Amino acid sequence: MLNLEAKLREDIWEAKVSAATRDGFGKGLVEAGDADARIVALSADLTESTRVEEFKKKYPERFIEVGVAEQNMATVAAGMANYGKIPFITSYAAFSPGRNWEQIRTTIALNDVPVIVCGMHSGVSVGPDGATHQMLEDIALMRAMPNMVVISPCDSEEGRKATLAAAKLGKPVYMRFGREKTAIMTTAETPFEIGKANILYGGDTSVCAIFATGALVHNALLAAKQLESEGVSVSVINIHTIKPLDKEIVVREAKRAGAVVTVEEHQVAGGLGSAIAETLAQEAPTPIEFIGVHDMYGQSGEPKELIEHYGMGVSHIVAAVKKVTTRR
Amino acid sequence: MEALTDAEVKRLENKAGAIRQTIIEMLVAAGSGHTAGPLGMADIFTALYFHVLKHDPHNPAWEERDRLILSNGHITPVRYAAMAHAGYFPVEECLTLRKFGSRLQGHPERDKLPGVETTSGPLGSGLSQASGYAYAARMDGKTFRVFCAMSDGEQQEGNTWEGAMFAGKYRLSNLTAIMDRNNIQIDGMTEDIMPLEPLRDKYEAFGWHVLEVDGHNIPQFIQACDEASAIAEKPTLILAHTIPGKGIRAIERDYRWHGKPPSKEEAVLFLNELRTMEGKVASEHQ
Repeated sequence: MLNLEAKLREDIWEAKVSAATRDGFGKGLVEAGDADARIVALSADLTESTRVEEFKKKYPERFIEVGVAEQNMATVAAGMANYGKIPFITSYAAFSPGRNWEQIRTTIALNDVPVIVCGMHSGVSVGPDGATHQMLEDIALMRAMPNMVVISPCDSEEGRKATLAAAKLGKPVYMRFGREKTAIMTTAETPFEIGKANILYGGDTSVCAIFATGALVHNALLAAKQLESEGVSVSVINIHTIKPLDKEIVVREAKRAGAVVTVEEHQVAGGLGSAIAETLAQEAPTPIEFIGVHDMYGQSGEPKELIEHYGMGVSHIVAAVKKVTTRR
Repeated sequence: MEALTDAEVKRLENKAGAIRQTIIEMLVAAGSGHTAGPLGMADIFTALYFHVLKHDPHNPAWEERDRLILSNGHITPVRYAAMAHAGYFPVEECLTLRKFGSRLQGHPERDKLPGVETTSGPLGSGLSQASGYAYAARMDGKTFRVFCAMSDGEQQEGNTWEGAMFAGKYRLSNLTAIMDRNNIQIDGMTEDIMPLEPLRDKYEAFGWHVLEVDGHNIPQFIQACDEASAIAEKPTLILAHTIPGKGIRAIERDYRWHGKPPSKEEAVLFLNELRTMEGKVASEHQ
């Protein structure tokens, strides 16, 4: 059953209201800008689709257009943060951090200055644009980098809150957003704290803990509901912060359930599943099934059919739970 | 700014000689590191730390200080030596260069040593960082200047030109870039490896004011810095023609000295050469 403390939307199963996580980012950026004059936003010729448009309209003097130059965007932002600004750099994840990884590593993360790297259009759900624009390796790239915080919001509302929290953190942060409209699950009252995982579903009788991140959290919830109707009780935990990982909740829920499924729209190598496996292998060895993309690139198509094609649909999560519980 | 007196020039040239000696001593103690670049930039770093920069060695975090961003982090021995002689830390600490636990990392790190300003080493990202710094400072009406020291070799990096374009577009007149045009890089001569010329035309086309100086003529370099700060419409590039390894004949103009330190035996000869050079430098000036 739903965890009431998570204060989720009542229409969560019908998913009547949807918005892209990038929309929540756009709102959050304006709110963060209202609260702190040090906030600046940099764009690499993608102002509208990265949802920086509203910030640009409201604070034109704090908006900086760098052109199609993601390496420059990262390094200019590093200089601005070094001075005392709080820059948000915005592009598609395939280009930032895809193209400018070394600049982020040296001038932002090793330099330890508070630049917030915002990668839009993550995952295969980018859709028709195809594999070049469907970033599936960004969590791995950024998670391996010391000093870097990695956040992957589950819906638009959480995207808004994550943006506000990142603005206040004073650390290098990577935030990953999606292009497609997806179900809004959380409310303004849903707790959000960087580094603190949220239990959305489940109870003491759980036989499998599903750790999910990003918009696929909704598929994990739908899978949990279906499993419950079949008499299988599972828990769903929203891992919105992949680094630092909330090890306490991960270990506790894995031990309680005795089996784990991880769900992410990312390569299975190096992403959320890897982070969970690293922790559990050391602290509470538990059978795991990994939902994600298995060493492949995406392709053109509609978001929903791509999610199904690459094995990240509700039925795949249900099957993974059934498989992993036989290994308990 | 008024003209430098001969006594002041002589003081700076002698200081450059002392900094060159420290560079040799620290590289020998480290047993690795770059020799030619730091020696070639010794005159310019002396001019910066002992005349041009508005700074306070006892308060490296002073908000109104001029910022010196070092893009080609591998020549950091010259920065460390100049900082030590200027009073940021004891000159003896230079001998910890590249050693375990030292604040003097092989390539500079902002978090390790106050006054370093930024972490650098991977080439081509300093000009953009300096541009971002200058842009942010101008937003807040700050009057300090931002300097960026960079190499010629890293003009082969795309990121450098992205930064040049950005600074040109936003007319960052509070930014002065200094290019160490010494014509060498690890694999050989720049014009053989990947030709850079015409550098002046390229930067001018990107919206920069360009000044060319003899990078070993301290008064000329200082005058160029003064002119750069007087230009109100554009960023300025000081194209400084230098001799890699300047001051030690066996090293000068030899690209093989880009990335290796002198041996102990060589250091004895080199230090001797440097110590007897003080008079020679002065006579060249006169």
